[in-house]
Amino acid sequence: MTESTENKENGERPFPDLLSDCVHCGFCLPTCPTYVLWGEEMDSPRGRIHLMGQAEEEGAFSDASVGHFDNCLGCLACVTACPSGVAYDALIETTRARVEDEHERPRGERLLRSAIFSLFPHRRRLELMRGPLRAYQASGLAEPLRKSGLLQRLSPSLAAMERMAPPIRSRVPSLPERVPAAGRRRAVVGMLTGCVQGAFFPQVNTATARVLAAEGCEVVVPQGQGCCGALSSHSGRAEEAARFAEATVRTFEQAGVDTVVVNSAGCGGTMKHYGRVLREAGHPRELVRRAEALSAKVVDFSEYLARLGPRAERHPLPITAAYHDACHLSHGQGVTAQPRDLLRAIPELEVADLPNPEICCGSAGVYNLLNPEPAADLGTRKADDVSSTQASLLVAGNPGCSLQIAATMRERGEEIAVAHTAQVLDASIRGLPPTALVPS
Amino acid sequence: MQERPTRERSPDDRLSALVPRLRRICGDDGVLTDPSRRRTYESDGLTYHAEVPGVVALPTTAEQVAEVVGLCAAEGVPFVPRGAGTGLSAGALPRADGVLVTTSRMRRIVEVDPDNECAVVQPGVANLDITRAAAPYGYYYAPDPSSQQVCSVGGNIAENSGGAHCLKYGFTVNHVLGLQIATPQGELVRLGGKAPEAPGYDLIGAFIGSEGTLGIATEATVRLVRSPQKVTTLLAAFAGMDAGGQAVSSVIAEGVLPAAVEMMDALSIEAAEAAVACDYPEGAGAVLIVELDGPAADVDADAAAVRRLCERAGAFEIREASGAAERARIWKGRKSAFAAVGRISPAYIVQDGVVPRTALGEVLGDIARLSAESGIRVANVFHAGDGNLHPLVLFDDAEPGAGERAAEVSGAILDLCIRHGGSITGEHGVGVDKACSMPRMFAPQDLEAMDRFRRAFDPAGVANPEKLLPTPRLCGEVPGVRRDVHPLVAQGRAEQF
Repeated sequence: MTESTENKENGERPFPDLLSDCVHCGFCLPTCPTYVLWGEEMDSPRGRIHLMGQAEEEGAFSDASVGHFDNCLGCLACVTACPSGVAYDALIETTRARVEDEHERPRGERLLRSAIFSLFPHRRRLELMRGPLRAYQASGLAEPLRKSGLLQRLSPSLAAMERMAPPIRSRVPSLPERVPAAGRRRAVVGMLTGCVQGAFFPQVNTATARVLAAEGCEVVVPQGQGCCGALSSHSGRAEEAARFAEATVRTFEQAGVDTVVVNSAGCGGTMKHYGRVLREAGHPRELVRRAEALSAKVVDFSEYLARLGPRAERHPLPITAAYHDACHLSHGQGVTAQPRDLLRAIPELEVADLPNPEICCGSAGVYNLLNPEPAADLGTRKADDVSSTQASLLVAGNPGCSLQIAATMRERGEEIAVAHTAQVLDASIRGLPPTALVPS
Repeated sequence: MQERPTRERSPDDRLSALVPRLRRICGDDGVLTDPSRRRTYESDGLTYHAEVPGVVALPTTAEQVAEVVGLCAAEGVPFVPRGAGTGLSAGALPRADGVLVTTSRMRRIVEVDPDNECAVVQPGVANLDITRAAAPYGYYYAPDPSSQQVCSVGGNIAENSGGAHCLKYGFTVNHVLGLQIATPQGELVRLGGKAPEAPGYDLIGAFIGSEGTLGIATEATVRLVRSPQKVTTLLAAFAGMDAGGQAVSSVIAEGVLPAAVEMMDALSIEAAEAAVACDYPEGAGAVLIVELDGPAADVDADAAAVRRLCERAGAFEIREASGAAERARIWKGRKSAFAAVGRISPAYIVQDGVVPRTALGEVLGDIARLSAESGIRVANVFHAGDGNLHPLVLFDDAEPGAGERAAEVSGAILDLCIRHGGSITGEHGVGVDKACSMPRMFAPQDLEAMDRFRRAFDPAGVANPEKLLPTPRLCGEVPGVRRDVHPLVAQGRAEQF
């Protein structure tokens, strides 16, 4: 794939070289979520690249510039918009890692970050939260607590976390190590179960495996797998990201598969650039090479199914669904047509396109926890766009987006059902009624 | 020459004294003083010129703009207007001793009025967003600079921007019915309105293209054009530029008025391919994009004529697109060409000049010769229909002296345009970049008259000083300009900076 070779080259090009690719044309401005919100240069990709150049020149980050890098959602819409091929993805990742290395954050910020990262990338710890969270959701405390505004006053980040927490359903049996293909076997594929996806959306993983199996894939689900490192990598925690990445590389090497199917956009986007993640953390060449070899095998769920072609019969689903482009699927991996095509191939399912599809919903990994205000503003804009389609189901290829949009819609009293592309396909293949996705 | 008057306070002091007052007008988050933040505003789309603004103001209403400007005028502090910062003549180059007034937060579409075929917008609205808002009514906004998804209407007004479709539809000046402006003295004034014609002097015409020297547009009423019944885009590939040029001449001679006629040479095709994989015919030494719009029957007849004429001129492949997606694919290469050149060259200068259409072939030949002699590559992208050239002069800024040599070639291209009876700018404006070239086009008397006109709006000389017209400080001793003290200065009614 040209993209991965290009990024390999980018990874080996020095930082100042990558910076100089920007010709300051400004084509990135209108697709940058923070520029859309605030209309100021230093919160646009062009401005941030300028700030990176300043730091390069002066050998230090100004306090102001760190704030503007933190404000970046890392949605990569600018990478799609850029006619000069600026590798903003590589630039911001390197910059974030440098900020974490060189810049002293205030104590409160440091604590919040370490708290988030000691929880989120760890599926077991997340799973331990399921019980208390479920009890809390069942207790009826949520409503009065939200109304009181207590959490908001205590910590906007905590309030955001509370708002976003997914409704915990009863436990889904975990996937076996191998799911056999239905009928004649067409392929053997590995599958990433992820941390957040695995802990809070096990039903998405189950649907993914079921659809793959129905399409003739034997699905290998390595049991020892953990977080892929995406969340850490997007927040400049280079070494932590590299540790997760290395473990994931080993896990899938041992699984002996030629294809690794990923159903979470953020994870897939990072896994396709594992070489960069390991290089960034200064890992040995041999490991970087192995990481790049794994990256070449990584494919998004919808990308893979589109390539494979349908075999299982699709049953009608008379639903109007709005498809939301998760940034790390559309901008990060260039996957926009495949999920739409897969959905449109379902009889009686109508797929509405959202206005402003290139703009991030504000979820952006843990961004909505670290920067709750802009995240909420972007969520509101996205909710407006979702409302305008009058769809009854929102489909996205990333767990964070679904959480963010669903929570915002719920607050506006416009509750909307959300599903992953895999769940819609699963329902159609199994001939489930529309109420399986959209409770009536 | 007039000496700069001595003042009690240094420019720095004057600016710092201004900051609290600016904050009262624009709010705390509407005034930027932090050095690293201000530095991100040091250039517009032309990075060759850079200057860190003294202060950046981000007003959100017309009233705030007027108050900021009024404050500047009262205190004798220069101000520079800026929209999206995509300009290519450094028209928004800030002043270290001044306030950069940025309209990027004024992005509201006030009204779409399909019955009167117009829309009312704030100056920070992106050009393409007008079309997006008008599309549901079957209308669009015609001027289409290549940066249309980014560039602001306010900037378009300041520069009288055009684009590929100017050939048939004209420039910004042909599409603005009314303006609200903040004059350089800080008054809010309305010019024109929704009615198509207003009596008296054409002040809208004067304001459009004044590059921020006559004030800041705070609201615009723009004409909306009915979306055509049919649009067909043809892409014709030729072995070389001569054949492409021949095709353009014969299309115009035939009496066909395309919406746009664009040409790209081999080098710019290479850049566009590298950037957006536009998949133009392989081996093309030139591609011609001809867009036809209007009633379906006319478009079909014209398309047939254009095909025939291109074939006769030697086109080896012709593609025709009528669907929006296919047309967008053809345009993608052309629209991204400027920025795409970044893929094949570390640095480059985007030139903008105009020649009479009949001189196109000769001028392109001369440019090729200049390029061969100097060893500096020049890529050509241009609006062939109206003779608006955009040579891209490529160089490596890491190589000592390369920038200067490229600038020489770029300047020599402008000389070529003037020699052939053309102009030093078609649509990018004069700004700082070409202010010193103005005397090559205009006689001292012309410049003097323009300067007097400017002073009538801006007696204090605070509105985007040193742009558009040459000044001794900027251009050294420019022969023939301002040999005498300006009459207004002599009368003590104006100061010269």
